[in-house]
Amino acid sequence: MENSIVEIIGAFLVLIGSVFLFLGALGLVRMPDVFNRIQTGTKASTLGTFLTFFGLVFIMPEWWGKLILLIIFILMTNPVSSHVLARAAYCIKVPMFKKTVIDLYGKDAEKLFKKETKNE
Amino acid sequence: MKIKNQFAIFIVLMIIWFLINNSFKLEVIAVGFVLSFVIAIIFGKRTDVLNEFKFTPTAFFYTLIYLLVFFWELIKSNIQVALIVLKPSLPINPGIVKTRTILKSKMARMILTNSITLTPGTLTVDIEKDILYIHWINVESLDIDVATEKIVKKFENILVKIYG
Repeated sequence: MENSIVEIIGAFLVLIGSVFLFLGALGLVRMPDVFNRIQTGTKASTLGTFLTFFGLVFIMPEWWGKLILLIIFILMTNPVSSHVLARAAYCIKVPMFKKTVIDLYGKDAEKLFKKETKNE
Repeated sequence: MKIKNQFAIFIVLMIIWFLINNSFKLEVIAVGFVLSFVIAIIFGKRTDVLNEFKFTPTAFFYTLIYLLVFFWELIKSNIQVALIVLKPSLPINPGIVKTRTILKSKMARMILTNSITLTPGTLTVDIEKDILYIHWINVESLDIDVATEKIVKKFENILVKIYG
């Protein structure tokens, strides 16, 4: 009986995690431009992934080491990939959503990119 | 300095090895020891990111506090973004704002920008000297100081104490 309670806690955590993952996917469909899609698609899912793995630790206690490693790996690589995607999208001038309030990156970015191409 | 780097890499690799294998048999430990040793010797020379770590009790204490603050922010902002996605009117107000950072060390800057990117709603697009360009899903202020206060300060205050 004790065992099953732990499993129920784990299953509950996995459920909450998958709700967050679902919301991330929904955001991917609903958001209007690339930058906002990166916001939800790659990152509303961080908490979802963590909760799913954390719930799995309860269900499969012998996997805890690997699951913690996976969480650390996602913590370190996820932001890098979203940053690079955003910067690349900006470089090739992907149009931004028409309700975008402000773009302070604009002029500065042109200078920075020019500097980089000169160095090459 | 070189020896210290190699030793740090060795320790990190051994911890990863134990986490993957989850066993303390002699053969497993021996294989992990040899592999970590060789990798540390080869790659330890050029790795200088670990130089900036401070192994003092205060640094350790503030690292723990940082993790707590970070996870709290992560949960809070995940729920905020989830609510935005669920609302039929999609109340977003996106834009790229500038913020400042006072951190100098590379490691601290990496942790800061990664934390900003990991909390949904803010996304670091670029960093140039001490200006961070951040895509903000719900722009609350165009002023550089207010934006810094709202996005950067909560992480920076603790990182300053760790990396100085």
